[in-house]
Amino acid sequence: MTAADAAARIRERFGVEAVVEGSSVTAVLPRERWQEAGGVARRELGCAFFNWLSAVDWKERGLEVVCRVDNLDARLGLTLRTRLDAGAPRCPTLTGVWRGADWMERECYDMFGVVFEGHPDLRRILLSEDWEGHPLRKDYAVDTPHTPYR
Amino acid sequence: MPETQTRQVVELGYAGSERLVMNMGPQHPSAHGVFRMLLTLEGETVVAMDAIIGYLHRCHEKLGETLTYVQYPSIASKTDYVAAMTSELAYVSAVEALGTFEVPRRAQYLRVLVAELQRIASHCLWLGTWCMDMGGALGGGATVFLYCFREREEVLDRLEELTGARLLYGFHQVGGTRYDVPAGWDRKVRDTVAFIERRIDEWEAMLEDNAVFRVRTQGVGVVSRELAQEVGIAGPLLRGSGVDFDLRRDAPYSSYGDFRFRVPVEAAGDCYARYRVRMVEFRESIRIARQVLDGLPEGPISSRPGVKSVGQVRVPKGEAYARVEGARGEVGCYIVSDGGPRPYRMKWRGASFSNLAVLPHIIPGHKVADVVAIMGSVDPVFGEVDR
Repeated sequence: MTAADAAARIRERFGVEAVVEGSSVTAVLPRERWQEAGGVARRELGCAFFNWLSAVDWKERGLEVVCRVDNLDARLGLTLRTRLDAGAPRCPTLTGVWRGADWMERECYDMFGVVFEGHPDLRRILLSEDWEGHPLRKDYAVDTPHTPYR
Repeated sequence: MPETQTRQVVELGYAGSERLVMNMGPQHPSAHGVFRMLLTLEGETVVAMDAIIGYLHRCHEKLGETLTYVQYPSIASKTDYVAAMTSELAYVSAVEALGTFEVPRRAQYLRVLVAELQRIASHCLWLGTWCMDMGGALGGGATVFLYCFREREEVLDRLEELTGARLLYGFHQVGGTRYDVPAGWDRKVRDTVAFIERRIDEWEAMLEDNAVFRVRTQGVGVVSRELAQEVGIAGPLLRGSGVDFDLRRDAPYSSYGDFRFRVPVEAAGDCYARYRVRMVEFRESIRIARQVLDGLPEGPISSRPGVKSVGQVRVPKGEAYARVEGARGEVGCYIVSDGGPRPYRMKWRGASFSNLAVLPHIIPGHKVADVVAIMGSVDPVFGEVDR
Protein backbone atom coordinates (compact mmCIF):
# COMPACT_ATOMS: atom_id res chain seq x y z
CA MET A 1 0.00 0.00 0.00
CA THR A 2 1.65 3.20 -1.17
CA ALA A 3 0.40 6.73 -0.61
CA ALA A 4 -0.79 6.86 -4.24
CA ASP A 5 -2.75 3.60 -3.83
CA ALA A 6 -4.36 4.89 -0.65
CA ALA A 7 -5.30 8.19 -2.31
CA ALA A 8 -6.79 6.36 -5.28
CA ARG A 9 -8.83 4.12 -2.95
CA ILE A 10 -10.21 7.14 -1.09
CA ARG A 11 -11.10 8.97 -4.31
CA GLU A 12 -12.87 5.96 -5.73
CA ARG A 13 -14.70 5.13 -2.50
CA PHE A 14 -15.77 8.59 -1.35
CA GLY A 15 -15.54 10.75 -4.46
CA VAL A 16 -13.41 13.34 -2.66
CA GLU A 17 -10.00 14.77 -3.44
CA ALA A 18 -7.06 13.09 -1.71
CA VAL A 19 -3.75 14.95 -1.72
CA VAL A 20 -0.51 13.00 -1.69
CA GLU A 21 2.54 14.61 -0.15
CA GLY A 22 5.54 12.33 0.25
CA SER A 23 4.34 9.32 2.22
CA SER A 24 1.24 10.98 3.60
CA VAL A 25 -2.27 11.44 2.26
CA THR A 26 -4.78 14.10 3.24
CA ALA A 27 -8.50 13.82 2.49
CA VAL A 28 -11.45 16.02 3.41
CA LEU A 29 -14.60 14.03 4.02
CA PRO A 30 -18.23 14.92 4.56
CA ARG A 31 -19.26 14.63 8.19
CA GLU A 32 -21.85 11.94 7.41
CA ARG A 33 -19.19 9.58 6.12
CA TRP A 34 -16.65 10.22 8.90
CA GLN A 35 -17.07 6.87 10.66
CA GLU A 36 -17.20 5.01 7.37
CA ALA A 37 -13.94 6.68 6.35
CA GLY A 38 -12.37 5.64 9.64
CA GLY A 39 -13.42 2.06 9.02
CA VAL A 40 -11.99 2.10 5.49
CA ALA A 41 -8.72 3.61 6.77
CA ARG A 42 -8.41 0.95 9.43
CA ARG A 43 -9.47 -2.13 7.50
CA GLU A 44 -8.67 -1.42 3.86
CA LEU A 45 -5.72 0.97 4.11
CA GLY A 46 -4.18 -0.82 7.10
CA CYS A 47 -3.97 2.31 9.26
CA ALA A 48 -4.03 0.47 12.59
CA PHE A 49 -2.03 3.14 14.43
CA PHE A 50 -4.18 5.91 15.87
CA ASN A 51 -1.87 8.89 16.09
CA TRP A 52 -3.89 11.93 17.17
CA LEU A 53 -7.16 13.78 16.74
CA SER A 54 -7.86 17.44 17.22
CA ALA A 55 -9.70 20.39 15.70
CA VAL A 56 -9.08 23.78 14.13
CA ASP A 57 -11.44 26.70 14.71
CA TRP A 58 -12.04 28.55 11.44
CA LYS A 59 -14.24 31.14 13.20
CA GLU A 60 -17.46 31.84 11.24
CA ARG A 61 -16.66 28.95 8.88
CA GLY A 62 -17.01 26.51 11.74
CA LEU A 63 -14.78 23.90 13.31
CA GLU A 64 -12.80 21.31 11.45
CA VAL A 65 -11.85 18.00 13.03
CA VAL A 66 -8.44 16.66 12.01
CA CYS A 67 -7.40 13.07 12.61
CA ARG A 68 -4.06 11.49 11.85
CA VAL A 69 -3.62 7.73 11.58
CA ASP A 70 -0.70 5.66 10.33
CA ASN A 71 0.00 2.38 8.62
CA LEU A 72 3.30 1.61 10.32
CA ASP A 73 4.15 -1.38 8.16
CA ALA A 74 3.78 0.56 4.91
CA ARG A 75 5.14 3.81 6.45
CA LEU A 76 1.98 5.55 5.32
CA GLY A 77 0.36 8.50 7.09
CA LEU A 78 -3.26 9.44 6.56
CA THR A 79 -4.83 12.71 7.66
CA LEU A 80 -8.63 12.78 7.63
CA ARG A 81 -10.48 16.06 7.98
CA THR A 82 -14.11 16.98 8.23
CA ARG A 83 -15.89 20.31 8.52
CA LEU A 84 -18.58 20.66 11.17
CA ASP A 85 -21.60 22.94 10.96
CA ALA A 86 -20.95 26.39 12.41
CA GLY A 87 -22.66 26.83 15.74
CA ALA A 88 -23.44 23.17 16.38
CA PRO A 89 -20.17 21.28 16.50
CA ARG A 90 -21.23 17.66 16.46
CA CYS A 91 -19.14 14.87 15.03
CA PRO A 92 -19.55 11.08 14.95
CA THR A 93 -17.13 9.26 17.22
CA LEU A 94 -14.24 7.10 16.04
CA THR A 95 -14.00 5.16 19.31
CA GLY A 96 -15.62 2.16 17.63
CA VAL A 97 -12.81 2.04 15.09
CA TRP A 98 -9.79 2.81 17.26
CA ARG A 99 -9.93 2.57 21.05
CA GLY A 100 -7.32 5.32 21.21
CA ALA A 101 -9.86 7.85 19.96
CA ASP A 102 -11.36 7.84 23.47
CA TRP A 103 -8.96 10.25 25.18
CA MET A 104 -8.26 12.29 22.06
CA GLU A 105 -11.95 12.97 21.52
CA ARG A 106 -12.39 13.84 25.17
CA GLU A 107 -9.57 16.36 24.85
CA CYS A 108 -11.13 17.79 21.69
CA TYR A 109 -14.47 18.11 23.49
CA ASP A 110 -12.74 19.76 26.42
CA MET A 111 -10.84 22.29 24.32
CA PHE A 112 -13.29 22.94 21.46
CA GLY A 113 -16.66 21.75 22.70
CA VAL A 114 -17.05 19.28 19.85
CA VAL A 115 -19.70 16.76 20.86
CA PHE A 116 -18.67 13.32 19.64
CA GLU A 117 -21.87 11.43 19.04
CA GLY A 118 -21.72 7.89 20.32
CA HIS A 119 -18.64 8.40 22.52
CA PRO A 120 -19.04 6.12 25.56
CA ASP A 121 -17.67 8.52 28.15
CA LEU A 122 -17.59 12.08 26.86
CA ARG A 123 -16.46 14.36 29.69
CA ARG A 124 -13.70 16.87 30.20
CA ILE A 125 -10.24 15.42 30.53
CA LEU A 126 -7.70 18.19 31.17
CA LEU A 127 -9.86 20.92 32.67
CA SER A 128 -12.06 20.51 35.70
CA GLU A 129 -15.69 19.51 35.25
CA ASP A 130 -16.95 22.97 36.24
CA TRP A 131 -14.78 24.92 33.79
CA GLU A 132 -16.71 27.41 31.69
CA GLY A 133 -16.13 27.55 27.95
CA HIS A 134 -13.74 25.78 25.64
CA PRO A 135 -10.34 27.52 25.64
CA LEU A 136 -9.05 26.71 22.17
CA ARG A 137 -12.06 28.26 20.46
CA LYS A 138 -11.11 31.53 18.83
CA ASP A 139 -13.99 33.33 20.56
CA TYR A 140 -12.83 32.26 24.02
CA ALA A 141 -12.01 35.38 25.98
CA VAL A 142 -8.50 34.78 27.25
CA ASP A 143 -8.46 37.97 29.30
CA THR A 144 -11.60 37.17 31.28
CA PRO A 145 -10.57 36.99 34.91
CA HIS A 146 -11.31 33.63 36.46
CA THR A 147 -11.77 33.29 40.17
CA PRO A 148 -8.71 31.55 41.51
CA TYR A 149 -10.71 29.46 43.99
CA ARG A 150 -13.90 27.60 43.41
CA MET B 1 -19.78 5.39 42.78
CA PRO B 2 -20.03 7.78 39.85
CA GLU B 3 -21.70 6.42 36.78
CA THR B 4 -18.57 6.70 34.64
CA GLN B 5 -16.67 4.15 36.69
CA THR B 6 -19.39 1.57 36.98
CA ARG B 7 -19.44 1.36 33.23
CA GLN B 8 -15.76 0.41 33.09
CA VAL B 9 -15.98 -2.41 35.61
CA VAL B 10 -14.67 -5.65 34.16
CA GLU B 11 -16.21 -8.83 35.48
CA LEU B 12 -13.55 -11.32 36.48
CA GLY B 13 -15.69 -14.02 37.98
CA TYR B 14 -14.75 -13.04 41.51
CA ALA B 15 -16.84 -14.83 44.07
CA GLY B 16 -16.40 -12.26 46.83
CA SER B 17 -18.97 -9.68 47.68
CA GLU B 18 -17.23 -6.41 48.35
CA ARG B 19 -15.91 -3.77 46.00
CA LEU B 20 -13.76 -0.94 47.21
CA VAL B 21 -12.96 2.24 45.36
CA MET B 22 -9.47 3.38 46.24
CA ASN B 23 -8.05 6.73 45.36
CA MET B 24 -4.39 6.77 44.36
CA GLY B 25 -2.77 10.15 43.92
CA PRO B 26 -2.66 12.88 42.85
CA GLN B 27 0.37 13.28 45.12
CA HIS B 28 1.52 9.68 45.06
CA PRO B 29 5.31 9.27 44.90
CA SER B 30 5.05 6.78 42.06
CA ALA B 31 3.02 9.17 39.94
CA HIS B 32 6.19 10.99 38.82
CA GLY B 33 4.14 14.14 38.70
CA VAL B 34 0.54 14.78 39.51
CA PHE B 35 -1.72 11.97 38.48
CA ARG B 36 -4.77 10.48 40.10
CA MET B 37 -6.22 7.04 39.66
CA LEU B 38 -9.51 5.75 40.94
CA LEU B 39 -9.07 2.04 41.37
CA THR B 40 -12.01 -0.26 41.92
CA LEU B 41 -10.77 -3.24 43.88
CA GLU B 42 -11.96 -6.69 44.68
CA GLY B 43 -9.61 -7.77 47.38
CA GLU B 44 -6.15 -6.96 46.05
CA THR B 45 -7.21 -7.14 42.44
CA VAL B 46 -8.00 -4.07 40.39
CA VAL B 47 -11.18 -4.55 38.40
CA ALA B 48 -11.57 -1.04 37.00
CA MET B 49 -9.50 2.05 36.71
CA ASP B 50 -10.29 5.64 35.92
CA ALA B 51 -7.39 7.98 35.18
CA ILE B 52 -7.72 11.63 36.12
CA ILE B 53 -5.23 13.93 34.46
CA GLY B 54 -4.92 17.64 33.84
CA TYR B 55 -3.33 18.79 37.09
CA LEU B 56 -0.39 20.25 35.17
CA HIS B 57 -2.42 21.71 32.33
CA ARG B 58 -1.09 25.10 31.22
CA CYS B 59 -2.88 25.28 27.87
CA HIS B 60 0.30 25.17 25.84
CA GLU B 61 -1.68 25.11 22.62
CA LYS B 62 -3.39 28.41 23.35
CA LEU B 63 -0.06 29.82 24.49
CA GLY B 64 1.42 28.73 21.18
CA GLU B 65 -1.15 30.87 19.36
CA THR B 66 -0.15 33.97 21.31
CA LEU B 67 3.65 33.63 21.03
CA THR B 68 5.67 34.14 17.86
CA TYR B 69 7.83 31.55 16.13
CA VAL B 70 10.86 33.19 17.72
CA GLN B 71 9.43 33.17 21.23
CA TYR B 72 7.82 29.78 21.51
CA PRO B 73 10.76 27.29 21.16
CA SER B 74 12.00 28.00 24.67
CA ILE B 75 8.45 27.47 25.97
CA ALA B 76 8.17 24.23 24.00
CA SER B 77 10.80 22.73 26.27
CA LYS B 78 8.33 23.02 29.14
CA THR B 79 5.93 20.46 27.70
CA ASP B 80 8.18 17.47 28.34
CA TYR B 81 10.62 18.91 30.84
CA VAL B 82 12.50 15.64 31.26
CA ALA B 83 13.40 15.57 27.56
CA ALA B 84 13.15 19.23 26.67
CA MET B 85 15.35 19.02 23.59
CA THR B 86 12.80 16.79 21.87
CA SER B 87 9.81 19.08 22.03
CA GLU B 88 11.87 22.11 21.00
CA LEU B 89 13.05 20.17 17.97
CA ALA B 90 9.51 19.10 17.06
CA TYR B 91 8.31 22.70 17.15
CA VAL B 92 11.13 24.20 15.10
CA SER B 93 10.90 21.32 12.62
CA ALA B 94 7.23 22.08 12.04
CA VAL B 95 8.00 25.76 11.45
CA GLU B 96 10.85 24.86 9.13
CA ALA B 97 8.56 22.51 7.20
CA LEU B 98 6.08 25.34 6.70
CA GLY B 99 8.53 27.91 5.46
CA THR B 100 11.73 27.67 3.50
CA PHE B 101 14.50 27.64 6.05
CA GLU B 102 17.84 26.13 5.38
CA VAL B 103 19.39 24.39 8.36
CA PRO B 104 23.20 24.10 8.16
CA ARG B 105 24.69 20.63 8.39
CA ARG B 106 26.56 21.41 11.57
CA ALA B 107 23.29 22.43 13.24
CA GLN B 108 21.64 19.21 12.03
CA TYR B 109 24.43 17.17 13.60
CA LEU B 110 24.24 19.11 16.84
CA ARG B 111 20.49 18.55 16.95
CA VAL B 112 21.00 14.80 16.74
CA LEU B 113 23.75 14.90 19.34
CA VAL B 114 21.68 16.73 21.94
CA ALA B 115 18.65 14.57 21.16
CA GLU B 116 20.63 11.43 21.92
CA LEU B 117 22.24 12.86 25.06
CA GLN B 118 18.76 13.85 26.15
CA ARG B 119 17.49 10.34 25.54
CA ILE B 120 20.25 8.96 27.75
CA ALA B 121 19.40 11.43 30.53
CA SER B 122 15.70 10.72 30.23
CA HIS B 123 16.13 6.95 30.28
CA CYS B 124 18.38 7.30 33.36
CA LEU B 125 15.59 9.13 35.14
CA TRP B 126 13.07 6.51 34.05
CA LEU B 127 15.14 3.54 35.19
CA GLY B 128 16.00 5.08 38.54
CA THR B 129 12.51 6.16 39.47
CA TRP B 130 10.90 3.00 38.19
CA CYS B 131 13.21 0.82 40.24
CA MET B 132 12.58 2.96 43.29
CA ASP B 133 8.83 2.58 42.76
CA MET B 134 9.26 -1.14 42.96
CA GLY B 135 11.18 -0.38 46.09
CA GLY B 136 12.87 -2.60 48.59
CA ALA B 137 12.14 -5.62 46.45
CA LEU B 138 15.20 -4.71 44.42
CA GLY B 139 17.61 -5.30 47.24
CA GLY B 140 17.99 -1.95 48.85
CA GLY B 141 15.40 0.61 47.89
CA ALA B 142 17.08 3.61 46.40
CA THR B 143 20.28 1.99 45.13
CA VAL B 144 19.46 1.94 41.44
CA PHE B 145 17.78 5.32 41.74
CA LEU B 146 20.90 6.98 43.11
CA TYR B 147 23.16 5.25 40.60
CA CYS B 148 21.01 6.46 37.74
CA PHE B 149 20.87 9.98 39.06
CA ARG B 150 24.63 10.10 39.36
CA GLU B 151 24.94 9.18 35.69
CA ARG B 152 22.18 11.55 34.64
CA GLU B 153 23.94 14.42 36.39
CA GLU B 154 26.95 13.87 34.14
CA VAL B 155 24.80 14.30 31.04
CA LEU B 156 23.08 17.35 32.49
CA ASP B 157 26.48 18.85 33.23
CA ARG B 158 27.41 18.48 29.56
CA LEU B 159 24.15 20.09 28.46
CA GLU B 160 24.71 22.87 30.96
CA GLU B 161 28.13 23.54 29.49
CA LEU B 162 26.54 23.72 26.07
CA THR B 163 23.45 25.81 26.79
CA GLY B 164 23.81 27.22 30.29
CA ALA B 165 20.76 25.34 31.51
CA ARG B 166 20.23 21.93 33.04
CA LEU B 167 16.63 21.16 32.21
CA LEU B 168 14.96 23.71 29.94
CA TYR B 169 17.43 24.60 27.27
CA GLY B 170 16.16 26.91 24.55
CA PHE B 171 18.80 25.30 22.37
CA HIS B 172 16.90 25.02 19.10
CA GLN B 173 15.72 27.90 17.00
CA VAL B 174 14.15 28.14 13.59
CA GLY B 175 16.94 27.73 11.06
CA GLY B 176 19.53 26.12 13.34
CA THR B 177 20.72 26.06 16.91
CA ARG B 178 21.51 28.88 19.28
CA TYR B 179 24.77 27.63 20.77
CA ASP B 180 27.90 26.10 19.37
CA VAL B 181 30.01 23.61 21.28
CA PRO B 182 32.52 25.10 23.72
CA ALA B 183 36.23 24.27 23.40
CA GLY B 184 37.14 20.82 24.67
CA TRP B 185 33.50 19.81 25.05
CA ASP B 186 33.59 16.86 22.69
CA ARG B 187 36.31 15.22 24.81
CA LYS B 188 34.10 15.54 27.87
CA VAL B 189 31.09 14.10 26.06
CA ARG B 190 33.16 11.11 24.96
CA ASP B 191 34.28 10.54 28.54
CA THR B 192 30.72 10.85 29.81
CA VAL B 193 29.24 8.33 27.39
CA ALA B 194 32.12 5.93 28.03
CA PHE B 195 31.43 6.22 31.76
CA ILE B 196 27.72 5.59 31.29
CA GLU B 197 28.33 2.68 28.94
CA ARG B 198 30.20 0.86 31.70
CA ARG B 199 27.42 1.62 34.17
CA ILE B 200 24.74 0.14 31.95
CA ASP B 201 26.38 -3.27 32.32
CA GLU B 202 26.30 -2.79 36.07
CA TRP B 203 22.61 -1.89 36.12
CA GLU B 204 21.76 -4.85 33.98
CA ALA B 205 23.70 -7.21 36.23
CA MET B 206 21.96 -5.77 39.28
CA LEU B 207 18.49 -6.08 37.83
CA GLU B 208 18.42 -9.01 35.48
CA ASP B 209 20.05 -11.40 37.92
CA ASN B 210 17.51 -10.38 40.53
CA ALA B 211 14.68 -12.89 40.72
CA VAL B 212 12.38 -10.39 42.41
CA PHE B 213 12.84 -7.88 39.60
CA ARG B 214 12.00 -10.50 37.01
CA VAL B 215 8.91 -11.67 38.84
CA ARG B 216 7.65 -8.13 39.18
CA THR B 217 8.17 -7.25 35.53
CA GLN B 218 7.86 -10.38 33.41
CA GLY B 219 4.33 -11.07 32.25
CA VAL B 220 3.09 -7.92 34.01
CA GLY B 221 1.22 -5.21 32.11
CA VAL B 222 1.12 -6.93 28.74
CA VAL B 223 0.17 -4.67 25.84
CA SER B 224 -0.73 -6.60 22.71
CA ARG B 225 0.53 -5.50 19.33
CA GLU B 226 -2.99 -4.62 18.30
CA LEU B 227 -3.85 -2.60 21.40
CA ALA B 228 -0.53 -0.78 21.18
CA GLN B 229 -1.33 0.53 17.72
CA GLU B 230 -4.99 1.20 18.36
CA VAL B 231 -4.25 3.42 21.34
CA GLY B 232 -1.30 4.97 19.55
CA ILE B 233 1.37 4.28 22.14
CA ALA B 234 4.79 5.03 20.78
CA GLY B 235 8.50 4.72 21.29
CA PRO B 236 9.88 2.05 23.62
CA LEU B 237 6.35 0.89 24.49
CA LEU B 238 5.43 0.28 20.89
CA ARG B 239 8.69 -1.50 20.19
CA GLY B 240 8.25 -3.50 23.41
CA SER B 241 4.99 -4.78 21.93
CA GLY B 242 6.62 -6.15 18.82
CA VAL B 243 6.07 -3.27 16.40
CA ASP B 244 9.27 -2.52 14.53
CA PHE B 245 8.91 1.21 14.09
CA ASP B 246 11.27 4.07 14.92
CA LEU B 247 10.92 7.48 13.33
CA ARG B 248 14.66 7.99 13.36
CA ARG B 249 15.02 5.11 10.95
CA ASP B 250 11.64 4.97 9.20
CA ALA B 251 11.02 8.67 8.62
CA PRO B 252 14.49 10.18 9.12
CA TYR B 253 14.52 13.83 10.12
CA SER B 254 17.40 16.20 10.80
CA SER B 255 20.55 14.18 9.96
CA TYR B 256 19.56 10.73 11.26
CA GLY B 257 20.02 9.30 7.78
CA ASP B 258 23.79 9.72 8.21
CA PHE B 259 24.15 7.45 11.22
CA ARG B 260 24.06 3.72 11.76
CA PHE B 261 22.11 2.31 14.69
CA ARG B 262 19.93 -0.62 15.60
CA VAL B 263 16.26 -0.45 16.55
CA PRO B 264 15.51 -2.89 19.37
CA VAL B 265 12.20 -4.77 19.26
CA GLU B 266 10.79 -7.12 21.88
CA ALA B 267 7.73 -9.24 21.30
CA ALA B 268 6.53 -9.93 24.85
CA GLY B 269 4.81 -6.57 25.46
CA ASP B 270 5.29 -6.72 29.23
CA CYS B 271 7.18 -4.42 31.60
CA TYR B 272 10.33 -6.44 31.13
CA ALA B 273 10.17 -6.08 27.33
CA ARG B 274 9.87 -2.30 27.65
CA TYR B 275 12.81 -2.35 30.04
CA ARG B 276 14.92 -4.34 27.57
CA VAL B 277 14.09 -1.99 24.70
CA ARG B 278 15.24 1.02 26.69
CA MET B 279 18.43 -0.67 27.84
CA VAL B 280 19.40 -1.31 24.22
CA GLU B 281 18.41 2.23 23.31
CA PHE B 282 20.90 3.53 25.88
CA ARG B 283 23.70 1.84 24.00
CA GLU B 284 22.43 2.85 20.58
CA SER B 285 22.19 6.48 21.71
CA ILE B 286 25.79 6.33 22.84
CA ARG B 287 26.72 4.86 19.48
CA ILE B 288 24.97 7.67 17.61
CA ALA B 289 26.52 10.33 19.86
CA ARG B 290 29.98 8.99 19.05
CA GLN B 291 29.27 9.00 15.32
CA VAL B 292 28.09 12.61 15.51
CA LEU B 293 31.25 13.66 17.31
CA ASP B 294 33.40 11.80 14.79
CA GLY B 295 31.75 13.43 11.82
CA LEU B 296 30.78 16.86 13.15
CA PRO B 297 31.14 19.18 10.14
CA GLU B 298 32.56 22.68 10.36
CA GLY B 299 30.44 25.66 9.44
CA PRO B 300 27.71 27.93 10.75
CA ILE B 301 25.14 26.73 13.27
CA SER B 302 22.24 28.80 12.02
CA SER B 303 21.07 30.11 8.68
CA ARG B 304 19.45 33.14 10.27
CA PRO B 305 21.13 36.19 11.76
CA GLY B 306 20.61 36.94 15.44
CA VAL B 307 17.15 37.82 16.60
CA LYS B 308 16.35 41.51 16.29
CA SER B 309 12.61 41.38 16.81
CA VAL B 310 10.20 38.73 17.97
CA GLY B 311 8.19 38.92 14.76
CA GLN B 312 11.23 38.27 12.60
CA VAL B 313 10.32 34.76 11.50
CA ARG B 314 7.36 34.53 9.14
CA VAL B 315 6.07 31.56 7.26
CA PRO B 316 3.60 31.39 4.38
CA LYS B 317 0.00 30.33 4.80
CA GLY B 318 -0.40 26.60 5.18
CA GLU B 319 -0.02 23.79 7.64
CA ALA B 320 2.57 21.22 8.59
CA TYR B 321 2.96 18.28 10.93
CA ALA B 322 6.48 17.48 12.09
CA ARG B 323 7.35 14.58 14.35
CA VAL B 324 10.44 13.38 16.10
CA GLU B 325 11.31 10.26 18.06
CA GLY B 326 11.56 11.42 21.65
CA ALA B 327 12.60 9.36 24.64
CA ARG B 328 8.95 8.40 25.11
CA GLY B 329 8.01 8.05 21.46
CA GLU B 330 6.51 10.17 18.75
CA VAL B 331 6.43 13.84 19.72
CA GLY B 332 4.62 15.76 17.03
CA CYS B 333 3.73 19.35 16.41
CA TYR B 334 0.95 20.37 14.05
CA ILE B 335 0.97 24.02 13.02
CA VAL B 336 -1.58 25.92 10.96
CA SER B 337 -0.26 29.25 9.72
CA ASP B 338 -2.23 32.21 8.41
CA GLY B 339 0.92 33.99 7.25
CA GLY B 340 1.42 35.97 10.45
CA PRO B 341 4.33 35.88 12.91
CA ARG B 342 2.56 33.37 15.17
CA PRO B 343 0.66 30.16 14.48
CA TYR B 344 -3.07 30.27 13.86
CA ARG B 345 -3.35 26.89 15.57
CA MET B 346 -0.74 24.73 17.20
CA LYS B 347 -1.34 21.19 18.39
CA TRP B 348 0.99 19.02 20.43
CA ARG B 349 0.96 15.30 19.98
CA GLY B 350 2.48 14.40 23.32
CA ALA B 351 3.89 10.90 23.48
CA SER B 352 3.09 10.56 27.18
CA PHE B 353 -0.60 11.42 26.67
CA SER B 354 -1.12 8.52 24.27
CA ASN B 355 1.12 6.21 26.28
CA LEU B 356 -0.81 6.88 29.45
CA ALA B 357 -4.11 6.23 27.69
CA VAL B 358 -3.21 2.56 27.54
CA LEU B 359 -3.33 2.17 31.34
CA PRO B 360 -7.12 1.71 31.70
CA HIS B 361 -6.86 -1.09 29.15
CA ILE B 362 -4.08 -3.06 30.84
CA ILE B 363 -4.33 -2.43 34.58
CA PRO B 364 -7.64 -4.24 35.35
CA GLY B 365 -6.84 -7.78 36.41
CA HIS B 366 -3.57 -6.90 38.12
CA LYS B 367 -2.81 -6.53 41.81
CA VAL B 368 -2.51 -3.06 43.33
CA ALA B 369 1.25 -3.46 43.73
CA ASP B 370 1.59 -4.10 40.00
CA VAL B 371 -0.12 -0.80 39.18
CA VAL B 372 3.02 1.01 40.28
CA ALA B 373 5.29 -1.25 38.26
CA ILE B 374 3.13 -0.88 35.16
CA MET B 375 2.85 2.87 35.41
CA GLY B 376 6.59 3.23 35.88
CA SER B 377 7.23 1.11 32.80
CA VAL B 378 5.09 3.51 30.76
CA ASP B 379 7.40 6.38 31.79
CA PRO B 380 4.86 9.21 31.66
CA VAL B 381 5.96 12.81 32.09
CA PHE B 382 2.98 14.80 33.21
CA GLY B 383 4.08 18.04 31.71
CA GLU B 384 3.61 16.36 28.38
CA VAL B 385 0.42 14.52 29.29
CA ASP B 386 -1.34 17.67 30.46
CA ARG B 387 0.49 20.23 28.36
